[in-house]
Amino acid sequence: MMEKYIYITLFSPLIGSLFAAIFGDKKKKLITGVFASLMLLVSAFSSIYLMLHVSAEQTYHVKLMDWISAGGLNIPFGFVVDQVSVIMMVTVTFVSAMIHIYSIGYMDHDESFNRFFVYLSLFVFSMLILVMSDNFLGLFIGWEGVGLCSWLLIGFWYHKDSASWAANEAFIMNRVADLGMLIGIFLIYWNTGSLEYDAVFAKAATLPHHTLILIGAFLFIGAMGKSAQFPFHTWLADAMEGPTPVSALIHAATMVTAGVFLVIRSNAVFSMIPSVSLFVASLGAFVAVFAASMALVHNDLKKIIAYSTLSQLGYMFVAAGLGAYWIALFHLMTHAFFKSVLFLGAGNVMHAMDDELNIKKMGGLGEKMKWTMIIMTIASLALSGIYPFAGFFSKDKILEVAFSSHAYILWALLWIGAGMTAFYSFRLVMLVFFGEERYKRYGFHPHEASALMLWAMAPLALFATIGGFFEGGFHEFVTEFLPNFEAEIEPHFMSYILMVITLGVALSGILYAVYKYSTGGFSKEAEEYPVYKLLFNQYYIPQFYDKCIVKPYMSISTFLWQKVDVAIVDTIVDAIARVLYTSGDKARVMQSGNLSKMLRLMVFGLLVLLLLVVIFYPAK
Amino acid sequence: MITLTHYLVLSSILFTIGLIGIVRRKNLLMLFFSTEILLNAVNIGFAAVSKSFGDMTGQMFAFFIIAVAASEVAVGLGLLVLWYKRKSTIDLDSMQSMRG
Repeated sequence: MMEKYIYITLFSPLIGSLFAAIFGDKKKKLITGVFASLMLLVSAFSSIYLMLHVSAEQTYHVKLMDWISAGGLNIPFGFVVDQVSVIMMVTVTFVSAMIHIYSIGYMDHDESFNRFFVYLSLFVFSMLILVMSDNFLGLFIGWEGVGLCSWLLIGFWYHKDSASWAANEAFIMNRVADLGMLIGIFLIYWNTGSLEYDAVFAKAATLPHHTLILIGAFLFIGAMGKSAQFPFHTWLADAMEGPTPVSALIHAATMVTAGVFLVIRSNAVFSMIPSVSLFVASLGAFVAVFAASMALVHNDLKKIIAYSTLSQLGYMFVAAGLGAYWIALFHLMTHAFFKSVLFLGAGNVMHAMDDELNIKKMGGLGEKMKWTMIIMTIASLALSGIYPFAGFFSKDKILEVAFSSHAYILWALLWIGAGMTAFYSFRLVMLVFFGEERYKRYGFHPHEASALMLWAMAPLALFATIGGFFEGGFHEFVTEFLPNFEAEIEPHFMSYILMVITLGVALSGILYAVYKYSTGGFSKEAEEYPVYKLLFNQYYIPQFYDKCIVKPYMSISTFLWQKVDVAIVDTIVDAIARVLYTSGDKARVMQSGNLSKMLRLMVFGLLVLLLLVVIFYPAK
Repeated sequence: MITLTHYLVLSSILFTIGLIGIVRRKNLLMLFFSTEILLNAVNIGFAAVSKSFGDMTGQMFAFFIIAVAASEVAVGLGLLVLWYKRKSTIDLDSMQSMRG
């Protein structure tokens, strides 16, 4: 009975995608966008229905078909709907549905309107495979599907060099990390003889510790790539080359959260290897501050939001690394809401500003774009973690987790990160929506986005506002499956003090940004400071990669191409071909068409054969 | 006393004559003659070996060959006549119209 809803949830986006694909290369047809959005809504409602029916006694596990069955290897195409996957399904489908609807308005003037929806729905379908699969291989299929779709969508405007470059960067960097993931999966299969979650996690406890460490480490490398953690983080900011709804989708629902999901899903493994988990948490805390610091000075509207995603993913990994898996999942969900809103709002601004992204050229847009301003401000408040917005509940919980686990350094890092987050969020809001109307100098004529786009953002903004109040129910629901984690801080009033300290730093970040940018911002000299330059150049990491990895790799490739491939391999192959060609050319004269000549040749051949028989006849 | 060897020698001599004919002659009719000599050389061989080993298979084959040779000559001569009607020659060197 419920099986039906599982398949509806999973396959509706695919149907939407295939339908749009029929008109893939045709002129814009509104129906493709509408139908794809409709399918996403169907999927969203169906997954909400499933969520209402999942309980401690009842989770669903269906097998679509036998997939790989060879020798001892038996992998079914199965799907599991339990508390974790259903939360992911609801988040993914709901956010994606809204982004689809928004895209109808956003891509209105794009000539590849239909193609856009093909990829967009396929993206969601891949993500659903990823979260619903009941085995690691199915997860990996979704994992790669998501990677492929991100490539298609980041490079959607492929005629732009920068877009196709960014698409390739994202794809290749993910490939590098996926190798780690694949090795992790191989290790799991070698050591447990199965890839299904249930069987693997049941056996995990019996495995030797060092094997578990290897498995956990390699799986996390995969997660690092997909969730763009350091050192695989550069692709995420460059992925902003894609259309804005794609950025929203990648950041909120369908891609970067996959890494966090993997860690949450494999909690049975990670909870047994504290060393790797500590690494996960430490890396998360590092990235939280590292990315936030880069967002402080950037002038690119979308890149600021991209770095904030990086930073928030760091928070999630801290929670997951410290064993608070349900809190990581909670932050993932609230983050999905406010981050998608932020990106869609950025899309409105880009529309208004003719795709200009430099926030230094904006300012004072609030007058022209009242609703966008309100929604963006709500999302920024949620991102900064201000009560009563959704971000407050999840982010504050993560800080509590760090404190109660006696990881005071992590806590301090996250605390600093929270302050930075608040500052850069409101730096963006102030520079874009308030202050002097700088856009007039550049001759822009901003206008508010269409009603459809605003309405598509409204539900997301609503959840970004009130999402936090579901914490209690969420906790109860998810911990039926995930290990519980209660941040116990002694004495009890300490937790209130912590809350106030956290809120304090966030508020002061906001107030500082508001104060500073309403009185003209920083002086020009500030841009000369080495710190500013360091941050503005993203710690010189892209340059470092370019110099130390891309360039040497390029020269090795050039060497192999010119010296090995062309000079050796090609020469040998060409020589063989030339020998055959010349001998053929020489032997061609035999085919004179003269019967008498041919008969002579035949007799000659016969004699030769006879001779050979005589010579090689085995002696008795 | 005529033994198997004598027959086989005769067969080989005839075969060689036929082979030389095939290689040397330019006249299509002569080519047919040479082919017949070849086939009959083999027939002699078959019949002699068959008799010598007391096995009838060889003689059976000889009959087959005679039958096949007869039909082959019938077809071949038919084609030859047609060719002669068209080109007024049966010289082998004239048959190069299908040369690539």
